Amino acid sequence: MKEETESISKAEHPKYTSKDFTSSQDVRWCPGCGDYSILAQMQRTSPDLGIEKEYMVWISGIGCSSRFPYYMDTYGFHSIHGRAPAIATGVKLNNPKLSVWVATGDGDLLSIGGNHFIHACRRNIDLKIILFNNRIYGLTKGQYSPTSEKGKKTKSTPFGSVDFPFNPVGLALGAEATFVARTLDRDPKHLQEMIKKAAEHKGTALIEVFQNCNIFNDGAFSLFTDKETKADNVLILEQNKPMVFGKNNDKGIRLNGLEPEVIDLSDGKYSVNDVWVHNENDKNPARAFILSQFSEREGLPLPIGVIRKISKTTYDHDFHEQISEVKKQKGKGDLRKLLFSGNMWEVN
Amino acid sequence: MEKEVLGLNDVTIRFAGDSGDGMQLTGTQFTNTTALVGNDLSTLPDYPAEIRAPAGTTYGVSGFQLHFSNSDIQTPGDSPDVLVAMNPAALKVNLKDLKHGAAIIVNINSFDAKNLKLAGYENNPLEDDSFEGFEVVPVPLSKLTTTALEDSGLSAKEISRCKNFFALGLMYWLYSRPVEPTLKWIKSKFKDEPMIAAANEKALLAGYYYGENTEQFTTRYHVEPAKLPKGTYRNISGNEALALGFITASVKTGLPLFLGSYPITPASDILHELSKHKNFDVRTFQAEDEIAAVSAAIGASFSGALAITTTSGPGVALKSEAIGLAVMTELPLIIVDVQRGGPSTGLPTKTEQSDLQQAILGRNGEAPVVVIAASTPADCFYTAIEAVRIATKYMVPVMLMSDGYIANGSEPWRIPEPDSIPEIKVEFRKEKEGFAPYLRDENFARPWAVPGTPGLEHRIGGLEKSNISGNVNYEPENHEFMVRLRAQKVKNIENDIPDLEVTDDVDSNILVVGWGGTYGSITEAVTRLRQRGIKIAQAHFKYLNPFPKNTGMVLNKYKRIICPELNMGQLARFLKSEFLVEVDSFNKIQGIPFKTTEIENKILAVIGELV
Repeated sequence: MKEETESISKAEHPKYTSKDFTSSQDVRWCPGCGDYSILAQMQRTSPDLGIEKEYMVWISGIGCSSRFPYYMDTYGFHSIHGRAPAIATGVKLNNPKLSVWVATGDGDLLSIGGNHFIHACRRNIDLKIILFNNRIYGLTKGQYSPTSEKGKKTKSTPFGSVDFPFNPVGLALGAEATFVARTLDRDPKHLQEMIKKAAEHKGTALIEVFQNCNIFNDGAFSLFTDKETKADNVLILEQNKPMVFGKNNDKGIRLNGLEPEVIDLSDGKYSVNDVWVHNENDKNPARAFILSQFSEREGLPLPIGVIRKISKTTYDHDFHEQISEVKKQKGKGDLRKLLFSGNMWEVN
Repeated sequence: MEKEVLGLNDVTIRFAGDSGDGMQLTGTQFTNTTALVGNDLSTLPDYPAEIRAPAGTTYGVSGFQLHFSNSDIQTPGDSPDVLVAMNPAALKVNLKDLKHGAAIIVNINSFDAKNLKLAGYENNPLEDDSFEGFEVVPVPLSKLTTTALEDSGLSAKEISRCKNFFALGLMYWLYSRPVEPTLKWIKSKFKDEPMIAAANEKALLAGYYYGENTEQFTTRYHVEPAKLPKGTYRNISGNEALALGFITASVKTGLPLFLGSYPITPASDILHELSKHKNFDVRTFQAEDEIAAVSAAIGASFSGALAITTTSGPGVALKSEAIGLAVMTELPLIIVDVQRGGPSTGLPTKTEQSDLQQAILGRNGEAPVVVIAASTPADCFYTAIEAVRIATKYMVPVMLMSDGYIANGSEPWRIPEPDSIPEIKVEFRKEKEGFAPYLRDENFARPWAVPGTPGLEHRIGGLEKSNISGNVNYEPENHEFMVRLRAQKVKNIENDIPDLEVTDDVDSNILVVGWGGTYGSITEAVTRLRQRGIKIAQAHFKYLNPFPKNTGMVLNKYKRIICPELNMGQLARFLKSEFLVEVDSFNKIQGIPFKTTEIENKILAVIGELV
């Protein structure tokens, strides 16, 4: 039976359009929700990923974002709260040829599912995880989330939250994720680019999408998405490019020891040569971690783009490699030999 | 001196010592040799939850009981005929279980002031009349081992660790068993440590010859091979048998076996055993936690694996929500619950049957799963295959109940020819035409359409579904329809399982019913009473949800129904509520199996009431 599955021909590669990835289900997110953009960019990008649509699998947990698989015309599994990475792990381990994607939210991935998330990263199993981070619980109607800022007033924190938030990028880096990127729902092109880069990566890939919940946390990211403020507050990371930002590209990031600082490139004191050059493949995770902390600091812009991408063998690969090795060493399993083994005796 | 050899029908031996004394190993070796000699046997390992409890303490005592016989036996024996006690604590803990007149072989060298105090003895009990009625054989086990190994080049500590082999050798002599199987085992086990191997061999032989030469033993014993059905046998534990059963089922279905598991006592050995057999395309995944283990299994099932998760009661509790997801998404999944004493962490290394309610009912919503139970170590093999047959045929989760006693206990298993085991037909949906994710076949099973199949892209999930289309549906009537459909699907399995079998029901007023690992003790109790001319019917449940079709009919035939269980009466409760019959619950909740006599006495008491 297994052989049959594996022999499914990949010969014909149909020319897909975004429609081929659009299911017949009505999309039921609130009008104006940032999720629509993520879905649209995914559907637009999917035809270009070189993945046969029957090989694409979407796994989700619980939350607004987790309705995502219903809207993709691929294989999909809307599971239970927090468990998407674990279910996706089983799907991928059993059939590593599948391209397995996880749609999840800040509560789903970082609160109830935090354990599965860090362990997926640690193993470097080949999953693509898209984190819809709106810094609020939407589906349960407005409680603070593990990414909500301290002091946030919500239904469950009427006097302000006394909880510190997680930094998802920092958490992923700490858990040894091999691909970590951040993007914005309101920047469709950038979002598409991140999807493509994650798809190309072999190993656990996290894309954190800052996603606006216009009902319960409207404007949470407006500083980074509004035309007037975006340029001065967002740093677009590009491989081997100096970290320059600002309306007139007149600001840069300089790494002073371990301290990042904004330098003015217009007053002649500094030039672009003083600016930190981004290397997403840096073996040492320290610089990536410094970048991950930017958003938390006064005066530093929000880095978006690929923060880290390193190459490491994947868990699913090694998992099956070991099985092949054992088969080679011991020979393909012989059931009779297995049952008739150990200390045996005859009764006549 | 030629010693008398006395023939015996059956013997129960218990080895007991510190958890570091190697008692489990000693017991296992004695068991394997006894199996090779051709006796029928049954074992009861009993060890503390602590890996190395402080030496000499009563709570650190580890024991291994073995019952062997020249005829068919069902239990590890109620009361040992012989106790091998490596220290005072072992003697103290086990004394109460011994048969009157039992032989007690003690390591006299361990009876020093410190150990006596640790065991709570004020005076040396060997020096007063504490053991009147027992036959105490003091053997300087430590000293003899040290003397035998003084030229071994090993340290005093290493030499001391060989004393269990001395004891084993002595017992081999006493019960006329060959030393060769253990010598062979030592060679292979310690092949990288030749000095240790040599020392253990020497200690084993020294023990054997000690028996032959000392005047402490005037008699040795002999137990003839049992007249078991013709065939090739091996000794097998419940956990091993489950693993082999699952591999067999994987071969018979043609599906790759995927195990998602998280280590937990007493289920971990299934994970260990399956991990050895990757050449059968077995995929074992040690997950980060119990929930991830079952979730990964569900994911693997979605993508076309024979998906299994193995755990014990606390693990099932953690997996409950995910099992509900498998019910809702109608995916085949096997959940193995090797039960232990509960609630909470409870008694991790002790046996109990207290998860039946959890298995049948323990989920949110109306979430029926099939529940079946293994009754003996060897029966675990067939129960595993049956669980797979049902799960794949009906696209349902199946809960397979085992327990600590049958998981760790062992018995001779007549190995079946693989060809004699039927194939299990599984077909993935390939046909695009007319496909819908929740289409139904004649068994109400939905199609298994695995990712990678072109044209069958579909979505499943935990939200309520429309029948056939599988679309999310919140309509009131649809929900009731689907709840009833899922229940009916499981209920219909009663048409595909054997009737509840009743033995010796002619003219009996009394039926004894049980389920799972109590099979041995109940059967032996019933057999003994029948030998005394008492008429008793017996039935043992393998299928607990759904119950066999004839269950109600069977139960209604008898005046009294006695139900011994290692819990507060969980099966009894289901029988009472489902079939409206009176059930006499007989319960033991001590973390240990029933003794045969306990069940005998209960039955006799009920008979007494009837007269």
